[in-house]
Amino acid sequence: MEVIAKRPQSLRNVPFTYCPGCLHGVAHRLIAESIDELGILNTVTGIAPVGCSVFAYKFFDCDMAQAAHGRAPAVATGIKRARPNMQVFTYQGDGDLAAIGTAEIIHAANRGEHISVFFVNNAIYGMTGGQMAPTTLPNMKTSTSPYGRDVSDIGYPIRMSELMATLVAPYYIERVSLLSPAEIIKAKKAVLKSMTYNKEERGFSFVEIISTCPTNWGTDPVKARDWARDNMLPFFKLGCFRDKGEGVE
Amino acid sequence: MAKILMKGNEAVAEAAIRAGCRLYFAYPITPQSELIEYMAKMMPKVNGTFIQAESEIAAINMVYGASGAGIRVMTSSSSPGISLKQEGISYIAGAELPAVIVNVQRGGPGLGDIQPGQADYYQAVKGGGHGDYHLIVLAPSSVQEFADMASDALDLADKYRNPVLILADGMLGQMMEPVEFKPAKTEEEILKLRDQHTSWCISPNQDAPNKHHHEINSLEIDPLVLEKHVNDLYKKYAVVEQNEIKYESYNISDDNEVLCVSFGTASRIVKSAIDDLKTKGKSVGLIRPITLWPYPSKQIQDAIGKKVKKVYVFELNTGQMLDDVKIAVCGKVPVDFWGKVGGIVFTPAEIEEKLEECF
Repeated sequence: MEVIAKRPQSLRNVPFTYCPGCLHGVAHRLIAESIDELGILNTVTGIAPVGCSVFAYKFFDCDMAQAAHGRAPAVATGIKRARPNMQVFTYQGDGDLAAIGTAEIIHAANRGEHISVFFVNNAIYGMTGGQMAPTTLPNMKTSTSPYGRDVSDIGYPIRMSELMATLVAPYYIERVSLLSPAEIIKAKKAVLKSMTYNKEERGFSFVEIISTCPTNWGTDPVKARDWARDNMLPFFKLGCFRDKGEGVE
Repeated sequence: MAKILMKGNEAVAEAAIRAGCRLYFAYPITPQSELIEYMAKMMPKVNGTFIQAESEIAAINMVYGASGAGIRVMTSSSSPGISLKQEGISYIAGAELPAVIVNVQRGGPGLGDIQPGQADYYQAVKGGGHGDYHLIVLAPSSVQEFADMASDALDLADKYRNPVLILADGMLGQMMEPVEFKPAKTEEEILKLRDQHTSWCISPNQDAPNKHHHEINSLEIDPLVLEKHVNDLYKKYAVVEQNEIKYESYNISDDNEVLCVSFGTASRIVKSAIDDLKTKGKSVGLIRPITLWPYPSKQIQDAIGKKVKKVYVFELNTGQMLDDVKIAVCGKVPVDFWGKVGGIVFTPAEIEEKLEECF
């Protein structure tokens, strides 16, 4: 019997801790496949955040660090500067990166640290039980916006990719989604490109990955994807905001 | 090597570089800014890394990353900035990483002022961040000792995989004194230091079968595993307490009628008062803890001679180390305290007056 699909070498044989229907596993796989394809497993290291993917340090087969909430870009900076021959990536959610870690991500990007940041945006805090995120959509109900996000009171969701694109230093910024197989294939290309640029020491790259949270959105995985398509994508438009490698400034 | 006249802030930076520190991350704050400025100037000259971080929080997390990668690293700040670093310090202690933090203390609480103080004793010695952990805390009392502690701190951090804090103050940071440096480590020695932690740290992997998966982590979701981890930390701390206590005895003799305990800048002023009292035929001894954790409790107890009527604690705070002295003295003789706060430093005459009241 021929094996046509298997666990990437860069993922360990450890069960994921994610809910059924969660897309973190897909995002992990895209990163792991990219590491495999580039043959950099021996020199890559990742930073796990605080959030649902807090256990990511167990899942990837490279050396991994677990960071305090929001601090992954600073930790990545320390590792990269200490071990410049390694490729460093962070994996962060929207609460981690766009709320408590706003300063760290902006300044790591502004210094043009030679790291890859994978930013999973599902518009909600997952691990702590479905609280409002900086990316929660207007009027969206969460456990801390039980009457819907009131933009007159708490402001609008933050578009991180667009914000990052105001900085001069970042080399590559793209927003992709995991909402369909076709979009996952596109997301894979972005992740691979980011890790390729990382290997080639081109500069800072940022891939925002639009995802879902069926558990905390209170819906099933298929409906969650439809909801994200109808509600998130109009606000968080997919596309490449910067690619100095291909002349997109 | 000839002595050089230098500010404490610059001397500790120079000494750290000589001791093989090649990574430094910090944020400007008075009265430690000469330290960050010295690093900005010198690190590029030794192919080191200097980053002025966006915050003390970012700086300590850069330290976490670099120490997780097994490389000698240092940060520094002053009191309010050290408060910001506490989250990262707790993570560094929890993940058992070697790192050196310098606190050039100023007056507090809050923004306080920019004059010398010792009010961060509790924060340094009793915790500061969340959770059960200890820092190794070194307290210099001269520019020379401040400089010497840079290499001591880096060595201790590597030896025990534990954060080490040098608790200086604005006086030591700003004051110029002659200082003699140890010879700088050679490039070969520094390369060797880079590899000392590769059995556990983040580093490029070997090909199979020697491939490793190292985790730099302080999360243990299973309570039994966390319990064991914390207990193991405390077994390590017991070894530190066994081996690393340092203190200075000054004028300790059987004739002492008063025993003083004082650390850092404050202890220098106490020494002046002791010298003066000696000329008046009054015998006062001093124990100066050099390690504030582990604390020289037994050494203080042993220094209480038969004639000692009182133990007197002098600090530039409202009486923080006082607690540890009381624990050490254990009710054997009365313990008194006098201190100054707000960045005001007491004079030898004031100390002398307090001590004379004991005779």
